[in-house]
Amino acid sequence: MDCTLCKEDLRVDGRGCEDYRCAEVETDVVSNTSGSARVKLGHTDILVGVKAEMGTPKLEKPDEGYLEFFVDCSANATPEFEGRGGEELGTEIANTLYRVFSSESSVDLKSLCINPREHCWVLYVDVLLLECGGNLFDAISIAVKAALFNTRIPKVRVLEDEEGSKEIELSDDPYDCIRLNVDDVPCIITLSKIGYRHVVDATLQEEACSLASLLISVTSKGALTSMKKMGKGSLDPESIFEMMETGKRVGKSLHIALQKILDEEESLGTSRQKVGFLG
Amino acid sequence: MAAITMRLPAVRRAVGPAAPRGGEKHLVAPGDTITTDTGYMRGHGTYVEEEKLIASVAGAVERVNKLVCVRALKARYNGEVGDIVVGRITEVQQKRWKVETNSRLDSVLLLSSVNLPGGELRRRSAEDELAMRDYLQEGDLISAEVQSVFSDGAVSLHTRSLKYGKLAQGVLVQVSPSLVKRQKTHFHDLPCGASVILGNNGFIWIHPTLEHKDEEAGGFTTNLEPVPLSDREVISRLRNCIVALVNQKLMLFDTSILYCYEASLPHQIKDILKPEVEEEIVLETRQRLLDLEG
Repeated sequence: MDCTLCKEDLRVDGRGCEDYRCAEVETDVVSNTSGSARVKLGHTDILVGVKAEMGTPKLEKPDEGYLEFFVDCSANATPEFEGRGGEELGTEIANTLYRVFSSESSVDLKSLCINPREHCWVLYVDVLLLECGGNLFDAISIAVKAALFNTRIPKVRVLEDEEGSKEIELSDDPYDCIRLNVDDVPCIITLSKIGYRHVVDATLQEEACSLASLLISVTSKGALTSMKKMGKGSLDPESIFEMMETGKRVGKSLHIALQKILDEEESLGTSRQKVGFLG
Repeated sequence: MAAITMRLPAVRRAVGPAAPRGGEKHLVAPGDTITTDTGYMRGHGTYVEEEKLIASVAGAVERVNKLVCVRALKARYNGEVGDIVVGRITEVQQKRWKVETNSRLDSVLLLSSVNLPGGELRRRSAEDELAMRDYLQEGDLISAEVQSVFSDGAVSLHTRSLKYGKLAQGVLVQVSPSLVKRQKTHFHDLPCGASVILGNNGFIWIHPTLEHKDEEAGGFTTNLEPVPLSDREVISRLRNCIVALVNQKLMLFDTSILYCYEASLPHQIKDILKPEVEEEIVLETRQRLLDLEG
C-alpha cells in the first residue's frame, strides 16, 4: 500500500477519505450491567458496560456524581496484549476518555447526585477490546455513548426523620429508573494523515502508513470539546485546521447515524431478537 | 460528503446443506470422535483416547489407506515443493534473506537461488553478498517458488525465473491458505485490467497489468510511477471481491474471482463489503460456478 492510494478520494477498500466502514451497534448485551453496548466497526470489536454504584461525591464537586473509566485490552484482540502488554494502551485510552468527558456539558453529572456531600451515583464505564482492526478510539467512543444511552439508574429517595438521620429508599418498581441525557456526549473522530490527505476511520494498514493523526471529540452540535495529537510525525497548522473542519463535519453525521440506530433499536423494544456474541 | 452507515447486527442464519457435489465431506470439530475402530493409524490433527480416534482440530477428515488425518480449515501454511508463494522480507542475513510467508517458521531465500540483475549466471562473490540489501531489503514483498522443504517444515524459496522477484505497486490481501485452490498457474492477467498472484500461502497480490515485461532488470527494479485512477478502481474492486469471497468461504481461483468481479459491477466499490450486498454477489458467483460445472 502506498500514500498515493488515498489521492483522488479512493482508498484501498474503495471508500472515500471521509467514509466510515459499516458499523454494527447493539445495546443491552450484558444483563448484569446498568447499561451496555457492543460496537463492531470493520474488524474492531468493542464491548462497553456501565455499572452504577453508590459512592460519595468528590470534595471539590459535592453536588455531582462522576464517571470512572477502565479499559481492558483482552489478549484475544492481539497476542501483544497478553500479560501486561495491553496496560499501556488501556491507560492511554482511559485517560483520553477522561479528557473527552471532562467538559461540564457532556453528561449532566448533577442528575447523578442523590444527597449532596454524602451520596451520589458513580458510573463505572468498563471498556473491553475484543478485536483490534484499526480506529479504536472512534469505535470506543461510539460504544461508550451507546452504553450511556442504554444506562438505567434505579430511582432512589432520601427520607429524613425527625432526628435528622437520613435513609435511602430504593424504588420497588425495577422499571422506575432515570436515564441519562446523551445529546451532548461527544464522539471521538480520529483523522490520520496519509501523504497529503487525511482520512477518517483508518484500517490497521492505513494506520501503519500514517505518521501522525489528530484525535478530536465533537458533540452532536458540531462543537469541538477536546483535541489530541497522536503519532510521531508532525502536522502543519494549516492541515490541522483542515482536519478540524473535516472532523466537525464527519462528527455531526456520525452522531446523527448513531442516534438514528439507537432510536430504531429502542422502538423495536423487546420484539427484536438479541444477537449478542454467539449470534 | 461523509458516508456513515450503522445497523443492528443481523442474526446469523444456519447455513443450509452445501451444493451437492459427489459425496459429503466428513467434517469434524475438536473433540469429535472420528472412529471407534482401532484398526486405523493416528495422523495429523488426531489423537487417541479410550481406544477412540478423536479430532484435535476442526476440519475435513482425510483417509489414506489406514492413516486418518484431519486437515484443518484454518491453519498456517504448510510448504510443498513447487508452490507459488508471496512473502515479505523480514531480515537480511549472511547469504540469505528471511521471508515471512505465513508458515510456522520463517522461510529462507538463499542468495544463490535468485537471479542477479543483468541476468548473467556466475558464482556469487563477496561483493554480491555486500550488495544484498540493494536487491531486496526489509519490508519488500516478493513472489517466489518453494524450492525445498526442510525436515522441520521450514521452506527454502527460489526466484530463478523472470516471473518471480520483487513486487512493485499493488495491494496485498491475506487470506487463509486453505481457500486458495491449487492450479497449474497462479499468475493471472484478468481481463478486467489487473493481474493477481494467488500465493499458495494465502497471500494474494493484486497489481496493475504491465504492458511490457522488462527482461533486463532481473526483477529487482520497481516502477513507482503513480497508478492511474481507473486501474486503482479495478484493484480496489478486486480486493473487495476477494475479501467478500473469503468472508463467505468460497475457494479462490481465477474464475471465481472474475465471476465475483462481474457480479459486483452494479454496485459501488465500497458497498461490496456491506453484508447484504456481499451475500448477494457471492451467491450469484456460486450459482455461475455451479452452472459452469454443469
